[in-house]
Amino acid sequence: MNMVHFDLKKQLRAGDHLFHLDAAYCLQEGAFLGIRGASGSGKTTLLRCLAGLCRPDSGCTTVGAETWYSGATGLFLPPQRRSVGFVFQEYALFPHMTVYGNVFYATGDRARTMELLELTRMDTLAKHFPRELSGGQKQRTAVARALGRKPRLLLLDEPFSALDEDLRRSLGDELYRIQAETRVTAILVSHSREEISRLCDEVLELSEGRIVAAGAEDRFGPEARGRRAPREV
Amino acid sequence: MNLDLLPFLVSLRLGLWVTVLLLLLCFPLAWVFARSRGRWVPWVESLTSLPLVLSPTVLGFYLLILLSPRGPLGSLFYSLLHVRLAFTFAGIVIAGCVSSLPFMLSALRTGVLSVPGHLLDASYTLGKSRLETILRIVIPNMRSSIVAGVVNTFAHTIGAFGVVLMIGGSIPGVTKVVSIAVYEKVESLDFSGAHVYSGILVLVSYIGVLLLNRIQRREARR
Repeated sequence: MNMVHFDLKKQLRAGDHLFHLDAAYCLQEGAFLGIRGASGSGKTTLLRCLAGLCRPDSGCTTVGAETWYSGATGLFLPPQRRSVGFVFQEYALFPHMTVYGNVFYATGDRARTMELLELTRMDTLAKHFPRELSGGQKQRTAVARALGRKPRLLLLDEPFSALDEDLRRSLGDELYRIQAETRVTAILVSHSREEISRLCDEVLELSEGRIVAAGAEDRFGPEARGRRAPREV
Repeated sequence: MNLDLLPFLVSLRLGLWVTVLLLLLCFPLAWVFARSRGRWVPWVESLTSLPLVLSPTVLGFYLLILLSPRGPLGSLFYSLLHVRLAFTFAGIVIAGCVSSLPFMLSALRTGVLSVPGHLLDASYTLGKSRLETILRIVIPNMRSSIVAGVVNTFAHTIGAFGVVLMIGGSIPGVTKVVSIAVYEKVESLDFSGAHVYSGILVLVSYIGVLLLNRIQRREARR
């Protein structure tokens, strides 16, 4: 079984306070990992380091047999050369492109674009621009676009934070379904304990850049059990 | 009345050359100024803004020293390309580029800054190179700033007087632009001729500014 392994260290600043991100973990490809923690605990920086958008001070990232980053050898693959999909907190949809255009920008292929729009149930809104979409529709478009390159690692940075509670839950279920269908290794960052417990197979808890708890999600308490959305596939 | 159209053609040619050259030159500069955190940035940025506050004749004087056949740039151009810069069209294009630089640069810098960083990050994570990201994401999202830079630069260049007169003099069909033609009409007390030249210049500038406002309003509604 292929593994995704990271061991990343980076000095961070939260206001005047300096601290070190120091996070190491290993997960199986196809797993859904949740990372939770308070604001400023280093969750987003960890995702950005995994995506290659931010250079760690030291450590390593390997995905299967590929090394994406090695502090020891100085290897640092830019995001373009990493097989990642990234869903940003603000969705980062390109405002001058339609829903179809946003996804096509990632895939470069009509059939694949339509397939992803159907997967995310955005095919009927393909001709709409991002400004014409609701928060949930933007989020689904962002997921479709992030899957465009058939990534080995799907990184989701608080994708539900701007949505109301009902929508969070239904889109969470949808994300769960998409991850189950595509079997892409996914890492979801959220400060919501409930959300992570419901969606993820494994959980990391970060505090001031350090992992203070890690493991299968139901080690984290009784609220996790029985809350998971059913796997459709 | 006998209206000489040559100054208009020279001004138009000058405006087009300067606008196109500055558009190409200023984009990389604007990118560096907007994205770089180097300590040298404010120093270089202030230098590029100098033509805004400097008297055009002072700017023209130093440019004349620089571009004259014995000046550093003039002699270099002559030895490499056998091209004279002082009192030539090429010379007033360089002078126009220097004097209009801040207009294009500040508009493009504002445009680059207006494109959110996460759009660039998103494009990189989708496998696109920096060049492709600039061409397909950055430029389409800073259209109104590009239009502002083009209109301001063109309008400023076709109205330039002091710096063009210092470098180019008033050679009909070569360096005599509309503003110099207006000056000469006034000097020879031909006020009706000056009115015609000035009126056309006002009209062209007004149309440019109107166009800019309409495009910016349309962009703001998007």
